[in-house]
Amino acid sequence: MVCFLATAFFWAVFPPYLLRRIVKQINFIGVKTTLVIVLTGTFTGMVLALQTYYALVKFGAETSLGPVLALSLIRELGPVLSALMVTGRAGSALTAEIGIMRISEQIDALDAMALNPYKYLVIPNLLAGIISIPLLNAIFVVVGVWGGYAVAVGLTGVSSGTYFGGIRDFVSAKDILVGLYKSLSFGMLITWISCYKGYFTGYGAEGVSKATTQAVVLSSVTILIWDYFMTSILLT
Amino acid sequence: MKKFDVEIIVGIFVFCGLLCLAYMSVRLGKVNLLGDHYYSVNAVFSSVKGLKKDTVVEISGVEVGKVDNIKLIDYQAVVSLLIRDDIKLQEDAIASIRTKGLLGEKYVEITPGGSDTLINPGDSLHQTEPPIDIEKLIGNFVFGKVKE
Repeated sequence: MVCFLATAFFWAVFPPYLLRRIVKQINFIGVKTTLVIVLTGTFTGMVLALQTYYALVKFGAETSLGPVLALSLIRELGPVLSALMVTGRAGSALTAEIGIMRISEQIDALDAMALNPYKYLVIPNLLAGIISIPLLNAIFVVVGVWGGYAVAVGLTGVSSGTYFGGIRDFVSAKDILVGLYKSLSFGMLITWISCYKGYFTGYGAEGVSKATTQAVVLSSVTILIWDYFMTSILLT
Repeated sequence: MKKFDVEIIVGIFVFCGLLCLAYMSVRLGKVNLLGDHYYSVNAVFSSVKGLKKDTVVEISGVEVGKVDNIKLIDYQAVVSLLIRDDIKLQEDAIASIRTKGLLGEKYVEITPGGSDTLINPGDSLHQTEPPIDIEKLIGNFVFGKVKE
C-alpha cells in the first residue's frame, strides 16, 4: 500500500499534469459533497449548542458555550465528520469506479496504449482529495459555528457578543492549523485507500462490492485512529 | 460548454472554501493578516506570575495591544508590550498585572499618567504593579495574618 502511494507521488512529479482531470475530480469529491457538508455541519453545530448549553447551565457557565462549540468543531468534529461524509459519498464511488475499470480491463487497456494509469486515475483523485477536503472542513466549521449561533442566541438566549467574543478569545491560530493538518491528512488517506482498493479489486461484481465495502470501512476506521494520534502529537 | 461549466463550478467551490477558511482564521481565530502597526514598550515587574505571551494589554478595559515576550534581566521580569500605534502613553503611565474575574487569566492593564512627555518606542515604563497573589492572600486570611 505504501508502495502504491509512493509510485503515485513519483509519477505526480512528471508532466503532463492533466489539470482537467483534477478539476473534474474536485467537482466530484468536493462540489457535490458541499450540500451534505452544509446540512451535517448546520445540524452538528445546532445539536452541539443545545447539548453543551444544558451541560454548562448546571454550572452557570453558559457564557463559555461559544468557545466550547468552536473549539470542538475546529479541532475535532469539522475534520473528522467532513472526512467521514466524503468517505461515504465519494470514497465508495471512487473505489467502485476504479474497480469496475479494473475488471472490465480498461486499466489494462490504458497500459496497452502506454498511458500511465496512475497518472490518469490515481493522481487526480489524490490531489483532488488533498485540495477539497480542507475546503470542505472550512465550510463545515463555519456553517457549524453559525448553526450553533442560531440555537445559542435564538433559543437559549446567550447574547451574540458573548458567543463570538468568547470564540475570539479562546480560539488561536494553532487550533485552526491543527484542524487544517488533520483534514489534509484525511484527504490523502481517503483517496489513497479508495484508489488502492479499487485498483487491486477482486474479480467479478462480488469483488468490486467487497472492495467498496472494505474501502469505506478501512477509511472510516483509519480516520478515527489517525485522528487520535494526530491530536496526541499536535496538542502536546 | 459542458467542461466550461464544471470549471466555473469548481472555481466557485474553491473560492467559497477559501473564503470560509479566511473567515475562520480572521473572524474566529485571531490571525492578523493586515497587521496593525504596533510599537514596543518595556515594563519591568518584580513578578509576572501567571502572565503569558500574547495576552492582551488594556486601558480602561479597551484592548490596545498584547504581550510580546517576557524575559528575565537582572532577576527582574522584563515584559515587552506591543501597543497599537494610535495609542500614546505618557512616561508616568502605570502598568499593572490584573486578573479577569477571580480565577481568570492574567492581563496587563495600563493606567494613563498625567505627564506631558510621551513615551518613545523602545522605552521602559518604570511604574509597575505586580499581580495580586491570590494564594498568598487566602493563606494570610486562613492563618489569621490579616489585621482588622
